[in-house]
Amino acid sequence: MTDLTDLTATDWDVVVVGGGNAALCAAIEAAERGARVVLLEGAPKPYRGGNSRHTRNFRCMHGGPLSVLTDTYGEDEYFDDLIRVTKGETDEALARMTIRTSETCLPWMEAHGVRFQPSLSGTLSLSRTNAFFLGGGKALVNAYYNTAEDLRVTVVYEAQVRHVDIRDGHFRAVEAEIAGHPVRIEGRAVVLASGGFQADIDWLARAWGPAARNFLIRGTPYNRGVVLKDMLDQGAESVGDPTQCHAVAIDGRAPKYDGGIVTRLDCVPFSIVVNKDGARFYDEGEDVWPKRYAIWGRLVATQPDQVAYAIIDSQSINDFMPSVYPPVVADTIEGLGQQLGISGTKLRETVDAFNAACRPGRFHATELDGLATEGLTPAKTNWARPIEKGPFYGYSLRPGVTFTYLGLKVDETARVTGTGGRYDNVWAAGEIMAGSILGQGYLAGFGMTIGTVFGRIAGQEAAAHVA
Amino acid sequence: MSLDIAFPLTATDEARRQVEICNACRYCEGYCSVFPAMFKERAFTDADLTQLANLCHNCRGCYHACQYTAPHEFDLNLPRALAEVRAESWERFAWPGAFAGMFHRSGVALGLALIAALAGLFWAISTLRPASGDGFYAALAHGTMVAIFLPAFLLPVFAFAIGLRRYWRETGGRRVTLAELAAALRDAARMKNLGGGQGQGCNYEKGDRFSNARRHAHQAMMWGFLLCFASTSSGTVMHYGLGMEAPYGPFAVPKLLGVPGGLLMVIGGAGLVALKLKAERHLGAPELWGGEMAFVLILTLTALTGLALYAATGTALVPGLLAVHLGTVLAFFLTAPYSKMAHGVYRMAALVRDAQGRTP
Repeated sequence: MTDLTDLTATDWDVVVVGGGNAALCAAIEAAERGARVVLLEGAPKPYRGGNSRHTRNFRCMHGGPLSVLTDTYGEDEYFDDLIRVTKGETDEALARMTIRTSETCLPWMEAHGVRFQPSLSGTLSLSRTNAFFLGGGKALVNAYYNTAEDLRVTVVYEAQVRHVDIRDGHFRAVEAEIAGHPVRIEGRAVVLASGGFQADIDWLARAWGPAARNFLIRGTPYNRGVVLKDMLDQGAESVGDPTQCHAVAIDGRAPKYDGGIVTRLDCVPFSIVVNKDGARFYDEGEDVWPKRYAIWGRLVATQPDQVAYAIIDSQSINDFMPSVYPPVVADTIEGLGQQLGISGTKLRETVDAFNAACRPGRFHATELDGLATEGLTPAKTNWARPIEKGPFYGYSLRPGVTFTYLGLKVDETARVTGTGGRYDNVWAAGEIMAGSILGQGYLAGFGMTIGTVFGRIAGQEAAAHVA
Repeated sequence: MSLDIAFPLTATDEARRQVEICNACRYCEGYCSVFPAMFKERAFTDADLTQLANLCHNCRGCYHACQYTAPHEFDLNLPRALAEVRAESWERFAWPGAFAGMFHRSGVALGLALIAALAGLFWAISTLRPASGDGFYAALAHGTMVAIFLPAFLLPVFAFAIGLRRYWRETGGRRVTLAELAAALRDAARMKNLGGGQGQGCNYEKGDRFSNARRHAHQAMMWGFLLCFASTSSGTVMHYGLGMEAPYGPFAVPKLLGVPGGLLMVIGGAGLVALKLKAERHLGAPELWGGEMAFVLILTLTALTGLALYAATGTALVPGLLAVHLGTVLAFFLTAPYSKMAHGVYRMAALVRDAQGRTP
């Protein structure tokens, strides 16, 4: 590791706070423009890269086939997709700029070591809109760290920034703790790219309510929003709903943090989902799973103890992507209920009521088959096939938080605004400002697009400022 | 609940635990043939894991791309898990079983085999000196060489044939078509599975940076070995078929094949040794490191002593160098079914088996 005295003694041009995709894009752009750059990553090296290490693709506009992307994906279609998920909670000018810039980002990413591969098996629906990273997000992170190293960016791990020293609208230094030692690192510009606050359970509980203590955090435990809070306390302008986070339903047995992609469960459309009282609470067959999995985090979050159970029978066990944890198995519904810790009798009643409401028809796993229940509340509107062939399987579900929406307000140059207008030399990129564009909902691969576009802009602007 | 289990798992069970995590992730699909083969399954039998393990070329791309490596509680290290299963599978297939893994697991054992073979050859050359003969046949008669090397060649061929049969039975292989064999040979000839999926190479000697150094060194060794083998074969044909006996001139077919082959082996071997010294041992099976290194050294020594013998033509060094060269070759052949040499045979089988999976 770099000597602490060197860190404090060096006159840095650009201090980058964070170590994920946006931070790396900023550091690389600034270093390529000749700036002397230090990147402060809060995590130890094996966990470097923030939530970027769990990502897998980049949503990219393109006017024709581009790298691994097929066909075209125009600005308006992209923007419509964004409007649909955000329900208008976006800044149109910023969003359109981001979308347009994404097209030039893909070649830039390739030129800086990122490799793409055709759409992964099971994700063909994204082959036109999303470019998948060969090896996933950690491979991208590795490539960028190597590129940054080649450009002589100084990378410091386990560097937890506590305070951004801004006086009269002008950034002076960050105060950090590195391996237990307080360090003040001065610089002529700063790029804040240290993510959201979803790993700070206390903050989540204050914002969302005590139920948040039962949430699982899908990504890095290092995104605790320390820098975001410090900036907001200093009067930086915020965007995004401070009480909201994006959560999906994941396997209830997943680790508290960092479970990532493998903890997802795709069985819900072929199941009935009950709460801990053994009662159903929502239409499991409302739409195909990729379009619905995002709402189930919230649905489960509102159930008692923030837990639910997906129940299927042996007819459906091979209809979805394999799960990382084996399901709980029992020969009877009552036995399954007991093993899951819910009343077997009540589960039996729920399953019987569901089975009685099922109607004959053709079951088709990969399309909306219209096989719906009759006279059941809530109804199941597709894939309603009786749960009758043992052995029976159960998975527990819990809300898994992906990201938070509260962030710093930025302009089209990624500059942050404080009480006295725009700061002279403070830029932000990535999840810490993504709420400016993605105010609600989720769009696959768009977080990486925001991070790349704004990371690059922030790095360019910071370097131009110090040149 | 977490995935950790209190008692130690067998190598196969540990690989199964890891592969089931991979199958729920799938980010590594583009690196090599292991992942597409894996993602066709939902559950993994021991035989499936044997096949995946032998298909794995230990390029380590998946390790460095993995979100779940230690200190993460899932503790994935697929290159190592598959290396352990691979080693066990060769030992299971080895015939006779008493030698299973002997030279693969122990560099010292391979060294002792070399010493024994050298001693044998020195003894043969010093006591069985022929009355007449040209070139190195002046030191050791052609008939004596055949008496030593014909069984030394046929024994490992026979042992490997049994091993292959066992491999094929275990992994449920079908009758091989020409197209499947051609597909496997194409993959092996290019070392496709050390290419990282896009030709960028492996993560071997430079951490998470990609490099083709190992692929190139391995290509030099493999093609050099095949040229040397062709050289010996051509000599046999010339001797028995055409009545043209050694020594051969510099432009005879055995020399035209053997000299470049030997040089390639020496270059490739030196490269492989240097790379292996730099690579992280914990991403393979660490307990095999010595045996693997000894295997590369003995192959390299085979080529080096062959070239030295040729260079010494007509000098008084020939009998001594002949004993060293032939002793090295003898040790290499006799230990082959129980050394790292097994990788070439079983990986080829795995490539053919994989081609069968791709064209059902």
